[in-house]
Amino acid sequence: MAIATDARPQRTTTVPRRKRVRRTKGQKAFAVFNYAMFAIFALICAYPFYYLIINSVSANNLSALGDVRFWPIGFHLSNYGQVFQLQGLTLATAVSVARTVLGTAGTVLVSAFLGFMFTQERMWGRAFWYRFTVITMYFSAGLIPVFLIIKGLGLTNNFWVYVIPYLVQPFNIILVKTFVESMPRSLQEAAEIDGANILQVFFRVYLPNMTPILATVAIFSAVAQWNMFQDTLIYITDQSLYTLQYLLYMFINQANSLATAAQNAAGGSLSSIASAATSQTSTSIQMTVAVVVVLPIIFIYPLFQRFFVKGIMLGAVKG
Amino acid sequence: MTTQAVLQEAASSNLVREQENTLKRGSRKRVGGKPNGKKSIGMFLCILPFLVLIFVFSYLPLYGWIFSLYDYQPALGLQGSAFVGFQWFEMLVSSPTQMAQILQVLANTLAMSFLGIATSILPLIFAVFLNEVKAPWFRNIVQTLTTLPNFISWVLVYMIAFSLFSSSGLVNSVLTDSGIITTPVKFLDSGDHVWITMLLWSLWKGLGWGAIIYLAAITGIDPALYESARIDGAGRFQLMRFITIPQLMPTYVVLLMLSVANLLNNGMDQYYVFQNAFNMQHIQVLDLYVYNVGLTGNNLSLATAIGMLKSLISVILLLTVNLIAKRARGTSII
Repeated sequence: MAIATDARPQRTTTVPRRKRVRRTKGQKAFAVFNYAMFAIFALICAYPFYYLIINSVSANNLSALGDVRFWPIGFHLSNYGQVFQLQGLTLATAVSVARTVLGTAGTVLVSAFLGFMFTQERMWGRAFWYRFTVITMYFSAGLIPVFLIIKGLGLTNNFWVYVIPYLVQPFNIILVKTFVESMPRSLQEAAEIDGANILQVFFRVYLPNMTPILATVAIFSAVAQWNMFQDTLIYITDQSLYTLQYLLYMFINQANSLATAAQNAAGGSLSSIASAATSQTSTSIQMTVAVVVVLPIIFIYPLFQRFFVKGIMLGAVKG
Repeated sequence: MTTQAVLQEAASSNLVREQENTLKRGSRKRVGGKPNGKKSIGMFLCILPFLVLIFVFSYLPLYGWIFSLYDYQPALGLQGSAFVGFQWFEMLVSSPTQMAQILQVLANTLAMSFLGIATSILPLIFAVFLNEVKAPWFRNIVQTLTTLPNFISWVLVYMIAFSLFSSSGLVNSVLTDSGIITTPVKFLDSGDHVWITMLLWSLWKGLGWGAIIYLAAITGIDPALYESARIDGAGRFQLMRFITIPQLMPTYVVLLMLSVANLLNNGMDQYYVFQNAFNMQHIQVLDLYVYNVGLTGNNLSLATAIGMLKSLISVILLLTVNLIAKRARGTSII
């Protein structure tokens, strides 16, 4: 899963195999220290996630006090049913999923296409347009001018502000272009001899063979889309277009009104008999929503870790 | 080390490669292209729509810098707004309160950037030490768990901070139960040690991920170096000190230079989610300040002026760093 990081050399037959030297005391102490430090740091990284999860399934009156620390106490799953009755949460989930799917599909296709096209030496002004694209990674006009442009285009309070500005990503284009350059040219020649035009060459021949690099691009942009929060803050005031991230942020900052909202949402049939353990508190809502937001990442990340690692390694190693 | 820097580094070495490829291709006629050089306008037209997108979202906003010369009122439009020349720029230095505020913002920005640069060696150390862990399962678990925080949003980081450090959060609850404190400590609603806590959060989020690039670089070190050093009698620590670390230095230097170029670009997400009335004075970095002035405070022109200065200085920094890199290493970093 993770990359192989063992730098020990392969033994060759010309070098006589040295007997493994018994470790000195210093080395043993170092090894213990080393393992301990990494174990502690890994724990510091992982525990907060665990803490959120166990609290979202524990008795709400205990989790509100910070008393659930090691394992769930008073296990129940009703929080998950109840948060989705909160106003806006289902919609926000739909918006987040939609922007992640559309944004990722869009940028993958565009990166694949542009990355491929920029390898075409016949293209008029290829080198210039490639520079024109890549150089945008290194400057920005700033927040306000971009805001005014987006506003001028009518993209404020518009779902497509989550997709269109992210379609062209120079970094992804570079990744794809490098990948295409490593593919044999004869693929294209053969297709062209058979009479394929450039779009057919791209869609029929190159696109199906680019999956390794496109998987990397897809996974990075999916995570970025899912996590994006700033654009809602800047461009969106319409509540029906809020994303999960933004809603979570509002939930953290509006603990009081949140408790009221929870009461209202639970105001239906069962609320009168709801016990202290299952009636919603602002803490239980925050934690549960946080888990809803983070769970996709926790599930996806270990499965796709090698793609992330590959993404960073592509071209990055030389220094 | 931020992901952004790592990605930029990846991008930059790709650019170098691109230049090399162009050179190589120049020397031998390429097969796919027609060597007699009839350029295809059709292909250009295929990518034109995307070039338009790039123009609209990256180049056209540069025209918006003109707003910094007006007292821009969105209701009136640019035509209706008064032209004020360099009033906003003068105001930045002439009005004492404005001046004091901008100096504080600059201090925050530079402090956080320098703290980031000072700790930029940590991912390298992390990688070198993790490489000494010989049990693959342990290494894999550590890698997975420590890189996970990089993939959550700052909102979630703030949620975690909130659930652990708010007055009814875990830490206060543990401290109260064990009798160390009687009233909850206000970790988040406090103006003390803001720079340090922000640094710690960004380390928590980015350290493991920042190490990946070095772990990758370690696998690329020529095994013969280790073998010959071992034959010369080098021990484990000597291998680390005289082979691994020097071999990683080029990567480190490139990333360091990029973070110097990004001195003023801290981004606003982290600081936006953590800001509150108590820590405002010490948490406001330039990016956040531009947002607060422009979109919260509705002074679009002043915010544009500040953002414009920031962008110009950043580009100059990047070009300078790049020039130094070219002189020193022979290759550019952008």
